[in-house]
Amino acid sequence: MLSIYARRRFVNFISLSLSVLAMLFGLFWLAWILYTLFKNGFGSLNLVLFTQTTPAPGSAGGLSNAIIGSLSMSVVGTLVGTPIGILAGTYLAEFGDRGWLAPVTRFINDILLSAPSIVIGLFMYEVYVVHTGHFSGWAGALALAILVIPVVVRTTESMLRLVPHSMREAAYALGAPQWKMTLQVTLRAAKAGVVTGVILAVARIVGETAPLLFTSLNNQFYSNMNQPMANLPVVIFQFAMSPYEDWHNLAWAGSLLIGLFVLVMNVLARTLIKPQQQH
Amino acid sequence: MTAETTKAKLAVKNLNFYYGNFHALKNINLNIREGKVTAFIGPSGCGKSTLLRTFNRMYELYPKLRAEGEILLNGNNILDRGVDLNMLRAKVGMVFQKPTPFPMSIYDNIAFGVKLYESLSKSEMDDRVEWALSKAALWNEAKDKLRQSGLGLSGGQQQRLCIARAIAVKPEVLLLDEPTSALDPISTAHIEELVHELKRDYTIAIVTHNMQQAARVSDYTAYMYLGELVEVGETDTIFTTPTKKATEDYITGKFG
Repeated sequence: MLSIYARRRFVNFISLSLSVLAMLFGLFWLAWILYTLFKNGFGSLNLVLFTQTTPAPGSAGGLSNAIIGSLSMSVVGTLVGTPIGILAGTYLAEFGDRGWLAPVTRFINDILLSAPSIVIGLFMYEVYVVHTGHFSGWAGALALAILVIPVVVRTTESMLRLVPHSMREAAYALGAPQWKMTLQVTLRAAKAGVVTGVILAVARIVGETAPLLFTSLNNQFYSNMNQPMANLPVVIFQFAMSPYEDWHNLAWAGSLLIGLFVLVMNVLARTLIKPQQQH
Repeated sequence: MTAETTKAKLAVKNLNFYYGNFHALKNINLNIREGKVTAFIGPSGCGKSTLLRTFNRMYELYPKLRAEGEILLNGNNILDRGVDLNMLRAKVGMVFQKPTPFPMSIYDNIAFGVKLYESLSKSEMDDRVEWALSKAALWNEAKDKLRQSGLGLSGGQQQRLCIARAIAVKPEVLLLDEPTSALDPISTAHIEELVHELKRDYTIAIVTHNMQQAARVSDYTAYMYLGELVEVGETDTIFTTPTKKATEDYITGKFG
């Protein structure tokens, strides 16, 4: 009996150690990435970064046009993708129990979720850029919207499915029609989770480069959504590949900005989901 | 059946119920009397909850479930295809085993159901909320936190909130599906007192695993076993001199 207990403690110790090691291993790279970003990017973080546009090699400048471009396209992409994603996710969770439409949609959504983003970029190039004849912010925003949709669909559906079925029964028992039950009871119960999904989707699209290469491309100046539009990921890509020292510094600063933004978004998502878990 | 003192609010006639191929309720015949409390007892899986859930056609939420026969509410068969389910559920309210407050304020929990059927002014709605919470013996505890989430209440309070929510719609029949099985003894006592109060205005059907509870709160008791209604009668009679041996065995704890 004692030997069984000793063995159990030993196995427990081993598995705990392995888990902690795995966690530390994962954390190590994350810390290293953050450290590198800060080391190389922090020196270039200054006011000019936010006020001046991307410079020609050798001259001073900032990233303001890229920051504004990234924000504009991400905001439009999120505004277009979120309602579609939430509605589709709601359909899958609340209305899709019978019939073939929901399983098929779910399957396609899962494919979309794991589709390489460059494919989305090429698709948008083919259906939008080719027809308008030029790169544009709108094309970039739409490509990002397509990336937002599957993430939001998935999280919305999962979060709605976490709402206990007894809650739905209670609403039906009062004679509530399904749309009212969905809108006022289950979506409200899943609100924090759904918002978290949107935040995670935003965190995903701000760093996306591939879909923008074929859609918004880049712009050295401020532009409206009908023109090619500057954005942080593509600027980082081009500047980092260049031979110029000052461009390198700007690329690091841009990387740090995106890194911090994604970090803040994730922390925000965490804090939002927390009060819900306490129930 | 025993003395026909009050009229039948719900008359169940030749009711059969199926989960797919499984025959869950077998030819049930029974009257639920107006203004009385009828308790359903029996071992797990005997069909008492299933029977209760036919009274508001809750089973319609799930595929492959069907009921055959008649259930007359005020003389009208509620199993008829043309019956408006939402209107039926306005007349037949239900409270579940686990408290299920909606994720909204206490006030809105009550108002949610009311708004489905009536458009009341702000002050009328305030009155209705107070009325329902008072009826459910929750007003004194909740009146200072009407705007707070219903999820912040204790389990027993949540269950009384659910009862208040059900009666705020002013149903004629109240179905209670093991309403105290998730509650502590004090909260249970609260709910049982409440059932006594409520039967003045409502016809109540309660499913319970607790035979003492059935004895305490009900006027009539129905004993079910394996989907059949074994015996129904006045609670005093069922608990003292049941006519069937099976009922006696269950009540005296020889089985079940």
